[in-house]
Amino acid sequence: MNDTLIALAQIFTQLSVLAFGGGNTILPEMQRQVVEVHHWMSAEEFSALFALGQAAPGPNLMVVTLVGWHVAGFYGMLVTTLAKFGPSSVLTVLALHAWDRLKDKPWRRHIQTGLLPVTAGLVAASAALIAEASDLNLLLTVITAVTATLAWQTRIHPLWLLFGGSMVGLVGMDHF
Amino acid sequence: MDNTLAGPQVAEPEAPTPRALFLGFLVLGLMAFGGALPLAHRMVVEKRRWLTDAEFTELLGLCQFLPGGNIINLSVAIGMRFQGVKGAVASILGLIAAPSAIVVLLGIVYERYQHDPQVEHLFAGLAAAAAGLLVSMAIKIALPLRRKPLLAAIATVSFVAIAILRLPLLWTMLVLTPISVWLTAKVAK
Repeated sequence: MNDTLIALAQIFTQLSVLAFGGGNTILPEMQRQVVEVHHWMSAEEFSALFALGQAAPGPNLMVVTLVGWHVAGFYGMLVTTLAKFGPSSVLTVLALHAWDRLKDKPWRRHIQTGLLPVTAGLVAASAALIAEASDLNLLLTVITAVTATLAWQTRIHPLWLLFGGSMVGLVGMDHF
Repeated sequence: MDNTLAGPQVAEPEAPTPRALFLGFLVLGLMAFGGALPLAHRMVVEKRRWLTDAEFTELLGLCQFLPGGNIINLSVAIGMRFQGVKGAVASILGLIAAPSAIVVLLGIVYERYQHDPQVEHLFAGLAAAAAGLLVSMAIKIALPLRRKPLLAAIATVSFVAIAILRLPLLWTMLVLTPISVWLTAKVAK
């Protein structure tokens, strides 16, 4: 049990400081660690937990809390949450003082815009891996495609899209 | 919170207490479904007037530069600014307390009824839709790169390294970030 908590702390501390461009960039690494390296759950289960995190209110990536809880109960949740939010928060506190001097430096802007292509690739990787694990049949693939198109082209609230997907799954899955 | 402790309304409102920060972000955490940023702006700038529009934009710039979720970093930065470490802790705890409890409740429901066919189908549909939201986000981020072949190539390499080769993120970023920053600066010239 202790080893598990230490492993969780290590994984999520690293993810915390690598999460440039927001939480979705670290989903593939989280999945790799949790599913492939440590075998704590299957890829399908990971996708389900990710989906639950998206359906809950609050910041992006509530899946972090769920993974900790799923793997090691209450203490797992505590350790994971602390490891994920602690280091990036400490960085924020430290950077707050330096920001006035940093923000107008040309290299600051270079780094920020320079990270964008990497971020784009990472978010695309997240999407591909989660879709691969979630779309187990034709109906589910269609749900993903329709949701993606609607979220891209319309202003329908994401929560309605999640609700719609769930309902289509509930009604339609029997036929597939 | 319409807290009248602040006394007569003046141009510059008093700094929010740790309690006010906690409660403010607690409400934000509960209301934020699918993207908390517009809501955060409304609460922080328009409703509670903790920051001006310009201050908000500047703090957000810092939060986007640093690793971690924007809203998480923003809560820490705002708390720190008004009440130091105590305020930072109050803000982030307020933000994640309720969503953590809710998500674990959802997780318990999922685990208990995972093997009930109806629930299984519902969650399968939910997961497929959540994947769709990610796909749309990837499209939106990637589209601006389509006319910049060098930058699109970097994005492709990062996609292949992570999604197909399943390389560790740390090494991928250590190698790709300098190249990406250098190429972006070159393309911009």
